[in-house]
Amino acid sequence: MKLLEVQEVLDAEVVCGVELIDREVVTICGADLMSDVLSFAKENTLLLTGLTNIQVIRTAEISDVVGIVFVRGKRPGLELIELAHLKNIPLLVTQHSMYESCGRLYQNDLKDCHKMGDML
Amino acid sequence: MTSRQEIILEFELQASNFDVAGEASSKTKRVLQQIGVRADVIRRIAISAYEGEMNTIIHSLGGTMRVIIFPDRTEIRFEDQGPGIADINLAMQEGYSTAPDYVRKMGFGAGMGLPNMARCTDTFDIQSEVGVGTKIMMVVFHSS
Repeated sequence: MKLLEVQEVLDAEVVCGVELIDREVVTICGADLMSDVLSFAKENTLLLTGLTNIQVIRTAEISDVVGIVFVRGKRPGLELIELAHLKNIPLLVTQHSMYESCGRLYQNDLKDCHKMGDML
Repeated sequence: MTSRQEIILEFELQASNFDVAGEASSKTKRVLQQIGVRADVIRRIAISAYEGEMNTIIHSLGGTMRVIIFPDRTEIRFEDQGPGIADINLAMQEGYSTAPDYVRKMGFGAGMGLPNMARCTDTFDIQSEVGVGTKIMMVVFHSS
């Protein structure tokens, strides 16, 4: 599924990287623990999180995630958006909760990155 | 650069300086991409470097990260100035952490750092002495 379709499914707003919205998403990682992201994210993983600190972007960069969706209407600050822009990481904001967001994406055949086998 | 020459990257890591936490690993990742190391190997190196970088910034009094990129492997070495780990076996257990609350609020301190570093690397060695410091040496082979 393309990020553009994820945006529609989650009624989300793109706050950074609108030019990267045709990226392909294969699996989902819903986490507020950055070590979980580092352990489980794979190629073409989309991160859903409620955290909006700068380490989310650095973790996303290291883990090669294709984009980040901030849930519950949490809006990232300017510093975070600037770093995401620099690192080519698209950012979306949805008003839906983590549970609702994951449920909607699961119904659209996007699978859990944790269940897709070990990354190594 | 010739293929026979190793590339050495050195970074000073300041205690509790979260503004740039992750930049050393990010630079390491970019260099590995430029010389054409396989993407899945780069991810393992980047993740183990980043976990080590965060650990040094969170837990230590300051230290260094030294990355040596050989044609066939990358070595990542951390050395800090203390305080040292009292029980390494306990620290290696998933879920064990001594991180303070403000670190947990950033999404770290879940007790996954050291186990994740060991999991991502081909060799992992840790030595620590309380009051002296901690040394970590990791190797990832580019063909593994």
